[in-house]
Amino acid sequence: MSGANRIAGAGRLTPAKTVRFTFDGDIYTGLEGDTLASALIANGVHLMGRSFKYHRPRGVLGAGSEEPNALMGIERDKARKQPNVRATVQEVFEGMTAVSQNRWPSLGFDVGAVNDLLSPFFAAGFYYKTFMWPKAAWQKLYEPVIRAAAGLGVSPDEADTDHYTSRYIHCDVLVIGGGVSGLSAALAAARTGASVIICDEQAHAGGAFAYEAGVTMNGEPGFDWAVAAANELAAMDNVRVLTRTTAFGYYAQNFVGLAERVTDHLADPEPQQPRERLWQVRAKKVILATGAIERHMVFANNDRPGIMLSSAARKFLNHYGVAVGTKVGVYTANDSAYETAFDLKRAGVSVEAIVDCRDHPGEGLLERAADLNIEVLTDHSVINTSGARRISAMTVKRNRGGAGRSIAVDALIMSAGWTPSVHMFSQSRGKVAWDADTQRYLPGEYAQDCTSVGACNGTDDLQATIDEAVAAGLAAGKATGGKRAAKPKLAGSGAGNWSGGMAGSAAGAGPDTTVKAFVDFQNDVTAKDIRLAVREGMHSIEHVKRFTTNGMASDQGKTSNIHGLAIAAEALGRDMPEVGLTTFRPPYTPVTFGSIVNHGRGKLFDPARKTPMHGWEEEHGAVFEDVGQWKRAWYYPRAGEDMHAAVNRECRTVRAVAGLFDASTLGKIEVVGPDAAKFLDLMYTNGWQKLKPGRCKYGIMLREDGFIYDDGVVARIAEDRFHVTTTTGGAPRVLNHMEDYLQTEFPELDVWLTSTSEQWAVIAVQGPKAREIIAPLVEGIDLSNEAMPHMSAREGKICGVPTRLFRVSFTGEAGFEVNVPADYGRAVWEAIWARAEPLGACAYGTETMHVLRAEKGFIIVGQDTDGTVTPQDAGLSWAIAKSKPDFVGIRGLMRPDLVAEGRKQLVGLKTKDPKTVLEEGAQIVADPNQPVPMKMLGHVTSSYWSENCGQSIAMALIADGRARAGETLYVPMPDRTIEVEVTGTVFFDEKGERVNG
Amino acid sequence: MLLIYCPYCKEERPEIEFRHAGEAHIARPTDIKAISDEDFEGFFFIRSNPKGIAFERWRHVHGCGRFFNAVRDTVSDKIIMTYEAGKPRPSDEEIQARLKELAL
Amino acid sequence: MRKYSIFAVAREAMRGHKGWPQQWTSPEPKKQYDVIIVGAGGHGLGTAYYLASQHGITNVAVVEKGWLGGGNTGRNTTIIRSNYLYDESAALYNHAMKMWDGLSQELNYNIMYSARGVMMLAHNVHDVQGAQRHIHANRLNGVQNEWLTPEQAKEYCPPLNISRTARYPVMGAALQRCGGNARHDAVAWGYARGAADRGVDIIQNCAVTGIRRAANGAVEGVETTRGFIGAKKVGVVAAGHSTVLMDMAGVRMPLESYPLQALVSEPVKPVFPCVVMSNTVHAYISQSDKGELVIGAGTDQYTSYSQTGGLHILTHTLDAICEMFPIFSRMKMLRSWGGIVDVTPDRSPILARTPVPGLYVNCGWGTGGFKATPGSAHVFAHTIANDAPHPINAPFTLERFRTGRLIDEAAAAAVAH
Repeated sequence: MSGANRIAGAGRLTPAKTVRFTFDGDIYTGLEGDTLASALIANGVHLMGRSFKYHRPRGVLGAGSEEPNALMGIERDKARKQPNVRATVQEVFEGMTAVSQNRWPSLGFDVGAVNDLLSPFFAAGFYYKTFMWPKAAWQKLYEPVIRAAAGLGVSPDEADTDHYTSRYIHCDVLVIGGGVSGLSAALAAARTGASVIICDEQAHAGGAFAYEAGVTMNGEPGFDWAVAAANELAAMDNVRVLTRTTAFGYYAQNFVGLAERVTDHLADPEPQQPRERLWQVRAKKVILATGAIERHMVFANNDRPGIMLSSAARKFLNHYGVAVGTKVGVYTANDSAYETAFDLKRAGVSVEAIVDCRDHPGEGLLERAADLNIEVLTDHSVINTSGARRISAMTVKRNRGGAGRSIAVDALIMSAGWTPSVHMFSQSRGKVAWDADTQRYLPGEYAQDCTSVGACNGTDDLQATIDEAVAAGLAAGKATGGKRAAKPKLAGSGAGNWSGGMAGSAAGAGPDTTVKAFVDFQNDVTAKDIRLAVREGMHSIEHVKRFTTNGMASDQGKTSNIHGLAIAAEALGRDMPEVGLTTFRPPYTPVTFGSIVNHGRGKLFDPARKTPMHGWEEEHGAVFEDVGQWKRAWYYPRAGEDMHAAVNRECRTVRAVAGLFDASTLGKIEVVGPDAAKFLDLMYTNGWQKLKPGRCKYGIMLREDGFIYDDGVVARIAEDRFHVTTTTGGAPRVLNHMEDYLQTEFPELDVWLTSTSEQWAVIAVQGPKAREIIAPLVEGIDLSNEAMPHMSAREGKICGVPTRLFRVSFTGEAGFEVNVPADYGRAVWEAIWARAEPLGACAYGTETMHVLRAEKGFIIVGQDTDGTVTPQDAGLSWAIAKSKPDFVGIRGLMRPDLVAEGRKQLVGLKTKDPKTVLEEGAQIVADPNQPVPMKMLGHVTSSYWSENCGQSIAMALIADGRARAGETLYVPMPDRTIEVEVTGTVFFDEKGERVNG
Repeated sequence: MLLIYCPYCKEERPEIEFRHAGEAHIARPTDIKAISDEDFEGFFFIRSNPKGIAFERWRHVHGCGRFFNAVRDTVSDKIIMTYEAGKPRPSDEEIQARLKELAL
Repeated sequence: MRKYSIFAVAREAMRGHKGWPQQWTSPEPKKQYDVIIVGAGGHGLGTAYYLASQHGITNVAVVEKGWLGGGNTGRNTTIIRSNYLYDESAALYNHAMKMWDGLSQELNYNIMYSARGVMMLAHNVHDVQGAQRHIHANRLNGVQNEWLTPEQAKEYCPPLNISRTARYPVMGAALQRCGGNARHDAVAWGYARGAADRGVDIIQNCAVTGIRRAANGAVEGVETTRGFIGAKKVGVVAAGHSTVLMDMAGVRMPLESYPLQALVSEPVKPVFPCVVMSNTVHAYISQSDKGELVIGAGTDQYTSYSQTGGLHILTHTLDAICEMFPIFSRMKMLRSWGGIVDVTPDRSPILARTPVPGLYVNCGWGTGGFKATPGSAHVFAHTIANDAPHPINAPFTLERFRTGRLIDEAAAAAVAH
């Protein structure tokens, strides 16, 4: 048995296909195809949630994604707990576990409901007016209490074990919505041969036909037609039908995001199945067929479980075969609720009364009601309801006077009219326009290549909807290159008329009342809250929204926005369009982060770049550091060594014997062409014309503002060919910078730039035995000091493969940088290592590289400079060619502040206690005893223990630093002050003789 | 994500292939060394930043690598036209004509 | 002004809250004011408030093209911190920080300043060096900031993933305990109420279409969609639209306006106790009092006034959020939106007089203006009242782009070697 309220013969589900699930620990049986909401109502459960602020008991309001009340947690296992799931959307599956939210200790008895009694105190915005005394109490007391009371479900507390996927896709026509208008448009477009995607958020196509029982299409029942139409579309090669797929965001140039729920409805998803799939669609044409959403009536206590939209009750009945009650009341301001009442009555449910606030219902309705023996009270209103955890009675009153009459009911269905869903249209930046005749916002001026059809376009008549949709589909198909095609012949009849209705508060909830007539159910916003906002000066609808939080709950105002606007307009004495409309913001319904992220997690969050020697480094125990996207060997600890010990050993070994360093991450740019030297003259501060082929030079690159942008060694390979190196992090931006000038400022120069960063593996062999190590491996290059002095470059072979061999040094030792094609990198490295290791050399990482270069006073751009440092500041004036008429940065360097006295200059620092190592980033002062805020002279840019110097060394940027040589300055630390002496930047081999060894 | 027509590749490609490169038609002064501080400020720092029609540079960095110019409406983000670097700024008439074309 | 208090709320509760007066009125513009502030965001309304409350200048209009607090004030992720590197920035933001503490009482409006701590993550050696430099400089400037190990960071923010095998493992964090959040709307509303109570006219739905200058060049007032409004002093506080406004006075600005997006999740029970920022992986997150995760994204690459941006920008941000906080993968994006941020070349604001006599500008806050609101408003009011800057905003001139005396917070976070 799938619930006492299941009506035999009603609905489309198969009675034999039962599923068992639990809600708050109780076991229930539903049917395959049920939503959690329909299955619970079938079992007589209406109490499904508690409201945000007052913790009022709530049941379902709707039967779709507009649901504000029935939100639950769905728990598959510890890692897969999903809060805030709409019971009206979630399909039940065997073994499902659902739990209620925002209640303690239980849904039935919730202590938080005391808020409801205190609600006079908790009017809109009350928290802005209080909790200010004593000052410290806000954070210590009030805020924690408010925070604990707020929120709905509980966040997962373990990493998500589900996975998600994504597809980019192009199509000619994207149809959003699989109701009659969407299906008609898709059929028409598809027949032109255009590629079509049609999506719908529900598990099935058909839209309103799922509950509009009387509709026929071409003579067959409307829903059957819809199923057949969707099947027909799905069978076409040029069409993709996506159900359970919500179009959530409409971005620039017809870029639409769709979220597909792949497995949330399955009891046992296959492990390889993604939970959700993100579709990023670029459509030539978009057809919006998003329908309309019914509004509730705004009256006193309109929120008790059992009170719901008429369309919801009708869907529960006609689609799921579930009666929402046994004694149903109806409260309406338009005609569509009548159809629900008639369907219920025909299904054997007692309809106690139809309360219509209008004098004159639509044509024929009174007669049809009379035929079914349903009492209709026109010009009446429901002014109150009663019932603790479910409605038990409604109080009905004639609109002008008279006594109230209580009618016992166990469900109350309502309709204030229908709001066209212009969300996606508005997201496309189209402007909605107020239609005074029908009192609703409709698509106005379009901003993108899209068309609205059907209910979302304000088209009420079924045949008119079909015709409009077919015309739009054909036009879209043809406009995107489809062939001429016959119109699909579609004739629909039997649909009710959904136009008309009311917006704003109903009788008994007007301006002079203090009743709780809910506008936004989830956020507990009542009509009087909106009036209070207006009274307090909130005259913009955006202020009203923010002050009351109307429309800001997880349903984003799908049922509440228009009511809120109407109430505010009434309070302001203005027409609705004068008050404005809040912005429709993406997403249409909430979208899982995981779905948006999809594959972008873990290793694919950001690809790691690895050098050709990475594997060798791993095998030899390297610890890696992240430098941009690169993984660089940081140091190579041996057994028992910490970082400090490893680095000390590496530093000693390089200077005593030699070391191998993987410098492959350095950026490399091949600059080629007759004007190559001329171009480099403009790009670097240095002069390049006189550099001879076979020689290298250290270059400084500035931005136009005169600050150091990058540096590196440049080798002239031939008259017209330079091998430029850049910093590791700077490679892409340096190439971009060069391309920019070459293409746009100096296009007359005949130069080609090619990134070769990943083409060359670079093995630095540094130290006294560097030559001895590589010599036997090198062919065709004379490595002697005389033939190949410091700062020279040769082409030849090493280990039989081509090399560009540079005699350069970032350590101050004699050394070589062996450039070989990347594919040979590891083999050559291993060959060199085989020579180096027996001689006592080591492999060293970036930390040792940093220490060794600091011992020599070589800067690292980005560490010793920070984008505010000029070459002069860095002590690199010598690298500026004085005779050049122009280079990038030449004018920037002349600006008043860049030539002013007192600039920070790069100097060396020695601590008075040689064992004390300064912290990088530590600040330097002249007077450590001054009060805070202190006058800071500069900061430590680099600082290391230098094993080779037997003391700590540091570099710092200090105001007027070079003039302070020999001065004692102070580095105030939290626990002590460190005395330092300003020195030069070279700490080791000051004469620079070793490099020529 | 915008769609951008590369005037060199002659293809419309998604924005992530491109890198925005700032305002267009700001030429580096030929004798930059001689300009005043004020002119340098104007060249390097001051930007039109218009609300409406903007002339801007893009680079098809993950494509042909070329810099080119675009006319874009900064209110709608619609790209009205793109053209090769070095070509003169399109006239108001050309832009209006192109806008009309786009509206069709 | 009707004083707000728990007693007032209780009294009103007894009579259906019928007695609350308007927090601000919507007057017709007068012909002439002493000062016109263009832009009714937090900074603009605050400026008017302090002109009235500190300088006795009450004949002030705040002119707003839309609704007050509707620009970046109502669109930002409300992060408050002051741990900036340079002395000038530290002084400015810390001035604001001191004012946040006590602003609710000053305004008699609960702006919900919550010093729950702002933690900035370091993911590589370069980040660590940068964070340490900030911490040391902050300490000597009297600005709170301290270093946390990954384990301490995790203790402070339990959802944080400190796994060593993460793509960019957390190597530590700089924590400013007095940093946190405030309620953005309340800041605008509190200042509006305070200013209106002191006689300031807040004129909404009134777009400035021109800035009128006399023959001698000095400001005479503003042309608006509701007619000309005269004033000898005009302060432009128009965020993303600063270029447009300043163009009206013939002043060209070193600004570019970019779309900046943010999003919130569905509300959940308290799970995230502080603010976490990561510049390296580009993500900013906190949890609002309502329970929503509030997440800031990066800017789009192109300039725009559209107040929208691309989905790929949000994607990148959520990638980073789920990488740092894998428990949030099942959370859902409830609402996303965009603002227009005005960015200067050195990423520091301009709070200054202009070459036009009587015209003042407060702009260039980029992605981080909210945190400075009270301090910025306070010193800008001083600048307008005295026609001379307060010592705190004296360095934040327009001229610095000519002299090169930049306050380059962006450069100080330079990209790695």
